[in-house]
Formats: sequence, structure tokens, C-alpha cells
Amino acid sequence: MASKTAAAKDIITLHGSAAIVSEFFCYAANSILYNRAVYPEESFVKVKKYGLPMLLIEDESVKSFLSNLTSQISEWLEAGKLQRVVLVIMSKATGEVLERWNFRIETDNEVVEKGVSREKSDKEIMREIQAIMRQVASSITYLPCLDEACVFDVLAYTDTDVAVPFTWIESDPKLIANPQMVKLHAFDTKIHKVDTLVSYKNDEWDEEE
Amino acid sequence: LDRFIPNRSAMDFDYAHFALMEGRKVEGKEQVSSSPSREAYNKQLAETMNLNRTRILAFRNKPQVPVKPYSASLLHQQPKSVKPQRRHIPQTSERTLDAPDLVDDFYLNLLDWGSANVLAIALDHTVYLWDASSGSTSELVTIDEEKGPVTSVNFALDGRNLAVGLNNSEVQIWDSEASRKLRTLKGHHSRVGSLAWNNHVLTTGGLDGQIIDNDVRIRSHVVGTYRGHSQEVCGLKWSGSGQHLASGGNDNVVHVWDRCSTTQWLHRLEEHTAAVKALAWCPFQSSLLATGGGGGDRTIKLWNNRTGACLNSIDTGSQVSSLLWSKNERELLSSHGFTQNQLTLWKYPSMVKMAELTGHTSRVLYMAQSPDGCTVASAAGDETLRFWNVFGVPDTAKKSAPKPVAEPFSHVNRIR
Repeated sequence: MASKTAAAKDIITLHGSAAIVSEFFCYAANSILYNRAVYPEESFVKVKKYGLPMLLIEDESVKSFLSNLTSQISEWLEAGKLQRVVLVIMSKATGEVLERWNFRIETDNEVVEKGVSREKSDKEIMREIQAIMRQVASSITYLPCLDEACVFDVLAYTDTDVAVPFTWIESDPKLIANPQMVKLHAFDTKIHKVDTLVSYKNDEWDEEE
Repeated sequence: LDRFIPNRSAMDFDYAHFALMEGRKVEGKEQVSSSPSREAYNKQLAETMNLNRTRILAFRNKPQVPVKPYSASLLHQQPKSVKPQRRHIPQTSERTLDAPDLVDDFYLNLLDWGSANVLAIALDHTVYLWDASSGSTSELVTIDEEKGPVTSVNFALDGRNLAVGLNNSEVQIWDSEASRKLRTLKGHHSRVGSLAWNNHVLTTGGLDGQIIDNDVRIRSHVVGTYRGHSQEVCGLKWSGSGQHLASGGNDNVVHVWDRCSTTQWLHRLEEHTAAVKALAWCPFQSSLLATGGGGGDRTIKLWNNRTGACLNSIDTGSQVSSLLWSKNERELLSSHGFTQNQLTLWKYPSMVKMAELTGHTSRVLYMAQSPDGCTVASAAGDETLRFWNVFGVPDTAKKSAPKPVAEPFSHVNRIR
């Protein structure tokens, strides 16, 4: 991981922080795909991470998609160019955006420019991430049922001066009109702060508020 | 009564504060639930509209779409298997046509099926066109004795313009509908055995080991030369994006070139131990390339084009002359020579054999795929051209097993 010493306060470098955040994203994406049943339950295998049983998908194409994503995200994080990552869940049939999992990233630019490092205990970061993962898992209690087959995609919001690698294309933001939003916990490595927010399409309003 | 989660969020000032993402005062106390959402949405919209600060990117290569039908309850164990019903793959060819004087030369590419649903086949000095919709055959051209035989044919994207490579090193461009020659390209020193179109650029591969990009619209048509092969270039394929060119040679080498850089290859893949004519870019996974080796190699190899790494190598037991990916499923079709002269259908990525199609009595040399992706045509040293409904039956014809052909091409008719 990021920490170099086992002392009470751990050193976090830019590289290490980028690794933590991109790894978080990969596990969070897997968790969302599992909990929102975008892929069937049997496609996932259980692993231990963040002190929790986390699920990872076995499907090769999804695995390679996510691994390509995380390596690029990590690169952008180290350059301080990544603003947010959004995992979008869309109806397979209509392409309508049903849910948006929004991970907003705030980067400490001083670290990017000057190459300094920060201090924060690994344990604390892990605890913060654990809290988010628990919230993702429990989100099924209030998120509307996804009754139809869904597909997902991931959007990266970067600074405009980023050179677009040939494996990426420009995209529209895939917004939801009049969404409901729920804010989840955030975590902070002291170099990157990641806020999590899920917005979803309003369920059919039978009665008005 | 119903979920008040939105309201709860609305009453949560911390949340509202965050959603507005600025130090603005929140107006609402008991707001109507949609209001902070709408504000947040507008803010979100404004942010994303702020294009001078932000660029939104998505990864090109999307993951495979979940196949399984979704069941109403979350996390419900699905008892039945993931795949939909296995389709019936007919083991025999649907139709066989005579192809007399088809040149039995492994290194040539004498068959192509264009997007206008016309198939072109070169038999010695003559190029014939077979219209798959009507079933009629016509002769496009017979090349002069000293220029021929024809060594390659390839339709442009429009399915109308046809490039014809000749033994004397010339390449002719023909308008197949008007039966008119449009121009002749010169540049190679010996026969042109492989062709590949990339929009208005025709890439030609020759016995001289050169690969040339020809812009067919301009007088001085040679716009690029790729040097790297030391022997005949027998395989040439542009990737779906038109960004990468795969070339295979009699020197057992596969090169991948970037369109923008003809002087230095992107990858040089030397794992094959015989000539590589069979090349195929995967339509559903953009960085995946399949290659097949000749008689001294007999393997199919799968490559990750981003890294140049070999992902898999399968010993097929027989010379591989051609490879085609299915457009409908995750399958790969290979054509072979001695001893079975078969077409083999492989499941991807497991590379398990799904079917072996036999019928040819001599080595299969050339394959082409119909524009609707369902039918494959194969031509062999036995001087026959066979059609196989290996990739599926056109949707409109429903899922019935292929019937014996009552009227000519009743099943290929309903393509458009």
C-alpha cells in the first residue's frame, strides 16, 4: 500500500494515494455491479478487502474493462487531472440512465506540483473506505428496483488539458433528469479526497409529496 | 407512506449543503422534495456544461453486456445456465458453386464479399461477381494474358469499388456496378497478393515484401510505404477503427502498424513458425487480434494489441488459411487444409471447438463473410465455392433449421 513505515502516522505519497483511490474505485464498481444486480450473483467471487468480504466479478471482459480503467485513472490521479469518476447504470433496452454513482475527487495540488507527501494512518483510510462500502451495500434498501436488464459504463471527468488516450472517447455526461440524490461518506488520503454520491431516477410518483 | 428518502435528504442540511457544493445558504426548510434535487441537478448540469474546465471521457472498449435475463428479485439464484439456447450449426454447406481454375496458391486472396452483398471471386485471369441477393453471376473482367493471373480482390467499404491485384504488380480499381475500370495503380515490383481498404486508402501488400498505402483519389497515389517484411505479404487487415494495420508474411512475421507511422511498426510478432495469412481483428473487443499460421505452424494465436502480448495459442493440427470473427456471437471461425480441409468454429475466449464443417475435398484457401454476418463463403483447391450458415440465420427467417433450398437463396434473400 501507500505507507512506507509502520509508525503511528503513515506517509502517503502521490503515487500511493493514486493507487488507493483507483483500487477503491475498482472495488466500489464491483460492489455496485453486484448490489444493483447488473451482473448475476454467480459471476462474482468473494475476496477479503478493507476488512470486509468484497465481491469481484469473474467475467473477463468486465475485469479487463475495469483494470484498463483503474490504470488510466491512477495515471490521471498522479497528474492531478482527474475531477471525478462516474459509474452510470443504463437500461439495456432503452439506454436510459437509471443511476449515477458519482465519485468526486479533490486533489491537493501542492502535492502534485511539489512532490511532497502527507501523513495519514493507513488504518484510518481503510476505515473510511469501509464505511463507504457498507453504505453502497445497504443502498439497495432505498434505491428503486432495477427491474430490467441493465448495462453500465464509466465516465471520467478530466481537465481539458489532458491528452485523450486512443482507447478513450469523448462522451456526453449521461445525466438523469430530476434525479434523487443521496450523499454517501467520503474518504480522504490527505492528497485525494473522494466524495461519493448516488443519483437515481425518480420512481413513479404515485402520490405527490 | 411512501419512501421519504428524498425528503429526508432535503431536510438534511449537510447533504443539501454538499449537493449545492458551495457555501451558499440553503433556502429550504420543508422544501418540496424535488427542489434541492432540481437545484443540485442544475448545478450538476452547469458544471458539466462548463466545458472550458472539464472534459468527459469514456473508455472505448465497453465490457460485455450481461447475457442473463434479469429476474425480478435481486440476488436471486438463477437455476438455468447463462447462455441462451444453443443454435443449430448446420454441418454441411448450404450451397456449392463451381469455381474452375481457382488458383491453388496459399499466399493469394482471391475471394471477397462486399457490403452491397456481392461476392467477388478471381478464377485465374477472370474476376466474377456473384450477387447474393439475386443469385446471378456476371463476369467483371478478364485480365490480359501477360498481366495476370489475378492475385487478389477486395471490395471497398461502399461495396461497389473493387480492387484487383495482379501478378504483374499492378492493381486495378474497378467500378463493379458499371463494369468500368477506374484506374491502375503501380508501385510494387512483383505480384500483389493482399489488399485492404481503409476508407479512400487502398493498402496493398506484395511479393516484394512492401506494403503501400494508396490514396485512390489523387494522381500521385502512393502516400506511404511500410517496410519490414522480408518475404511476400500475404495477409493484410485494417482494424475496425482504421487506426491499426496488421500484416502477415511468408517470413512468418506479423507486424502491427499504426496508421500515422509507416516507418516504424508498433509490434513485430515473431511467434509463428510458418507463413501468416490468416489475420482477423475482433469486432467486439477492439484491441484483440487473431492470427493463424501455415502448414509448419498450424496454430491460432490471440494478441492484445495494446501491449503486443500473446494471450493464447491453440494448436489446430492443420494449416490455417483464414480467420473470421462472428459479428453476432463471441466465436471465431478458422479454415484449414490437410487432412480435413474443414472450417472450425471456436468459442471465445475458451477456444473450445463448437463445430467442424467438412465438405471440401482439398485445402480451404479463402474465406469471406456476408455483410449480414450470418453466412461464410469458402473456396478451396477442389475448385468449389461453398456457403455455410455458420454464424446464424438472418433474423427475419426466424430460428428454423436451414431447409433444403427450394428457391435459390431463399434464406440469404432476406438480408436487408
